[in-house]
Order: sequence, then C-alpha cells, then structure tokens
Amino acid sequence: MTAESKLLTMRDAIARHVPSGCMVLLGAQLEQMIPFAAGHELIRQSRRDLTLVGPISDILFDQLIGAGCVSRVMAAWVGNVSAGVGYCFRRAVERSIPPRLEVVDYSNFTMALALHAGALGVPFLPTYTTLGSDLLKKNGNLREFYSPVSEEKLVAVRALRPDVAILHVQRADAQGNAHIWGSLGVAVDGARAARKVIVVAEEIVEPSVIASDPNRTLIPGFLVAAVVHEPGGAHPSPVQGYHNRDHAFFAEYHEQTRRLDDFEDWLARWVVQIADRSDYWKRLGPGRVENLAVKEHAFSAPADFGY
Amino acid sequence: MARTETGLAADGYTFGELMVAAAARAIADGELVFVGMRLPMLAFLVARRTHAPSATGLFENGVLRETPSTELLYTMGDPANLRGATQCGSMLEVMGLLQQGRVDVGFLGAAEVDRFGNLNTTCGYRNKEMQRLPGSGGACDIACLARRTVVLLAHDRARLCDRVGHITSPGFGSGEGWRHAQGLPVASGPSAVITTLGVLRFGHDGEAYLASVHPGISVEEVLANTGWTLRVADELMETPPPSDEELQVMRELDPNHFWTR
Repeated sequence: MTAESKLLTMRDAIARHVPSGCMVLLGAQLEQMIPFAAGHELIRQSRRDLTLVGPISDILFDQLIGAGCVSRVMAAWVGNVSAGVGYCFRRAVERSIPPRLEVVDYSNFTMALALHAGALGVPFLPTYTTLGSDLLKKNGNLREFYSPVSEEKLVAVRALRPDVAILHVQRADAQGNAHIWGSLGVAVDGARAARKVIVVAEEIVEPSVIASDPNRTLIPGFLVAAVVHEPGGAHPSPVQGYHNRDHAFFAEYHEQTRRLDDFEDWLARWVVQIADRSDYWKRLGPGRVENLAVKEHAFSAPADFGY
Repeated sequence: MARTETGLAADGYTFGELMVAAAARAIADGELVFVGMRLPMLAFLVARRTHAPSATGLFENGVLRETPSTELLYTMGDPANLRGATQCGSMLEVMGLLQQGRVDVGFLGAAEVDRFGNLNTTCGYRNKEMQRLPGSGGACDIACLARRTVVLLAHDRARLCDRVGHITSPGFGSGEGWRHAQGLPVASGPSAVITTLGVLRFGHDGEAYLASVHPGISVEEVLANTGWTLRVADELMETPPPSDEELQVMRELDPNHFWTR
C-alpha cells in the first residue's frame, strides 16, 4: 500500500499549516535556499502576530516585518547580507512602523544551540558563548548558571520548538523525505526542533531516488506535514545545483525600500499583485531567469551502496 | 576628515587593499580561520595564495574550505563557495570547533569598537536618534571563543569610541581580568583592530594602543579621529604596504574593487 501524498500547493500548505500567531522557522540554511515563495504567501494571506525564528534570513524577515505580519523576531542578524541594513526592520524598531515589534537578539551559535536543544528534547544546552555580552543580559532565553560538573560559569540556552519550520530543499519525495546538499546551517536541527515541517522542493522524485543516497536524506518524511513543489521558490537566494544568487535583486531591494512608500510599491509589485510563483517568474523575465541558471554542472562522484 | 574605505592611498593601491593585506598577514600558515564576509573573505584568500597555503577556512553556514573559491563572493553561501569545499557541515559543527578552542583566528567587522576592543553591531546613536543595526550574526561567538580576533573597520571618531553603548561582541570589557571574570576562555580575545588609518593592538591591561600607521598617515590624524585618548606604541611602525603579489591576488578575485574600493 502506498502512503498518501503530502503534496500541496503553496497556497494550501500555508493556509493549512501556518496560522496567525505561530512561531515559524525560516532561513535555516543561511544565505542559501531561503523560502521566499512561502514568505510571500504568508504576506498574501495576511498572517499577523507571527514570531520569526532563524539565524539570519537575508531580506525575507525584513519583508515580512514591513508587511505587518510579525510581532516578534528571534534572530542573530536581520538585514540584507550583500547590501547592508534592512530598512523595514529599522523602521519597525526605531519608529514603530508597523507597531509592536519585539526583537530577541541571539548569536548564530546560541540560535543553533536553541534548535539543537529542541531537537534533542532537552530544556537547554550549556555554552561559553555570550558570556560578558549584552545579548546575555537582554535575552531572557540565555541564563547564566554555575556548572554542576566543573567549577565555572556557563550560559544555559533555552530550547526553541517552532510551530512550523519551512525548509527549501533540492529534492524530496511525495512523503517529504528530503535530500539537501550544500549550505546546511541549522536545517537538520531546525526540522527536528519544529512541531511540523513544510518542505518546499525544487524537484519531486521517486522514493527510490531518496533511498539511493540515504546519507543525503536530512529530513525524514515522518516529520513533514506538507510538501510543496515550487521550483525557484528560493529566489533571489541561491539553490546549489539549481540556480545562482540574484545579487542585483538584493541591491535593488536595498534601493527600493529605503522609504516607506517605496517599500509599499515594492511589496505590491513583487508580492501582493503576484498570484503565485509562476506569475513571479514571469515578472522577473526570461533574460534574468536565464542569467541565473547553472552555467557549469558539477556532479559529485556516486557513492556505492552495493553489497 | 575621516578617511573611508573608498579612499585611494599612495602608490596605486586603495586603503581597502591595505587593510586586506594587513588582515591576510594576521593569518599564519596552518591555522584554522573563522572567515567573515567582505574584506576578511578576501584576506583569507590572499593569505592562502601567498604566505599561508595550508590555512583552513571555516564559515558559519558549516562550510570548511582548504582551497580558495575561484570567484568573488557576495555571501558565504554563494554557490562558488560551496563548490570545491572540503566539507559542507552544519553551523553547530563549526561553532563546536570554535568553542573547543581549535580556531586560531576569527575576523569581525563592526559599527563601533571601543578602547577595550568591545564591539557593537546591535544599536547605535546618530544625532541622538537610535539606529537599529542588524545584530550579532556569529560575531559574538567569534569574539567570545576564537583564540584571537581581528577587527576591520573604517576609522572615525564615532566608530572608534571610548565605550560602546551595547556590547554585542565582548573584547576586554573594562580592562585587565575582565574576560576571566566573565568566564570566557583563557586563550581568547582581541588581537588587532585594522582601520583605514592604522593598526591598533592591545596591552596587558586590555586597552588598545596604536601599533602602526598606514603609509602617508600621521599619528595626529589617527588621534584626532579616535574617540578617546589613544596610546601610541613606543616603537610605532608604518604598516607595510601590500606587496605586488598580494595586490595581484586581490585584483584577480575582485577586479572591479567591489570590496576594496
């Protein structure tokens, strides 16, 4: 008997699994494979009071904040990696536009430990990082304590259990068993820490393809609530082996979101007035899409699982 | 007048290139290096191609490289930084190496650095108005745990301030003994601050001093652009300019001066 497919459209996956008020992990693979298509669907479906969790998200957190979807950010870094600051994030913190944004500052390591603790099912993990910093003073999920087994101070990093992790991957089967390669960041722990996972895949493949290389299966399907087939859903961030980073798009976002009015125009043009991802690709135009394509493939040597 | 990273220094190289060369020389052969973005990324590549051919680079996304990437990177997650990597692991793995004390040197940028090498990348004040900055990223972790940290930033009075308003990434705190009292590892802490005007190092008391000035820069200019009374080394050096070999590598990797204007 074949298990029921978990394939959904992006619209249905977001509608069914990501309600307002929930805690969402995005950007687990740092500058690669950021689930922009899912983030844009959250904006179109007018989610509110989301808590965003992630080490960094390049410009996705900035967009969600600017669109008014977010009441809390728990992150190590919010901005535009190749261009600088995120103007929506700054407006929200400095001028309360939109209002009520709470920021909980982490470092990358403490974010990774919080998700690892969640993945291990323990309430906290110890570390030396952040000792002496103002992150430790201001983030209530980082607490100094005295080691019970060694004579020293440590920081307890409280476990995080996001309601949903949205992870863009190279390929998955219809059950959500997913192959990821390249930039992993906190994806493996993020998938296990979260209460449910939405996998967004460049390609949907047969289970036999997944089982042909089980070391590369970083998300087992039983953790996955929905699988979305959305090629290019990570644009403008790159997907190793599928398309390159659209550096110009990040620079344009920086220029076109400096003022609030300009951001609203940007949001209308690239998110609100866009029906779905195929519509988005049309707006990007064939020249740009072609320009981002992989110029030279570099396949790994096959691993022999024979016996 | 503060000079910025966009200024052209004497002899046909930019201040950015001078900073990259100085940063590259902070890497010894065989070392494990936590590589940041922008100028430090170039510095690592220059070091690898010149005096430190067996240095290994770690990136926060989990990437470990023993060969420099072949093209200019805008982010550590660019496909060119992953192709040809020795390992693509997780963030926790590279952070674990850092916490074990295995990472010899880590590079950091900053909006502000103070006289004890504390860094702020969280929030600053300009004209009395609060400015929210992106935050730590991995900077706090590197500053806490790397055996040495090297900071790169443009030199002006606002950015080199007496005490930072927010310690995102701890240096020597308030001076001698502070890191130990906080519980930070014994072998850790700031080693150098490389600016557009010179190089600062730290005394046993944890306070910065001017160790070298860049060619064509006067001590007075450095002091006038520093937000506290900066001590000057008894044997003040001139920062050695980039060698032809170093410049060649930088320009091969960054022909349009995207990072080293």
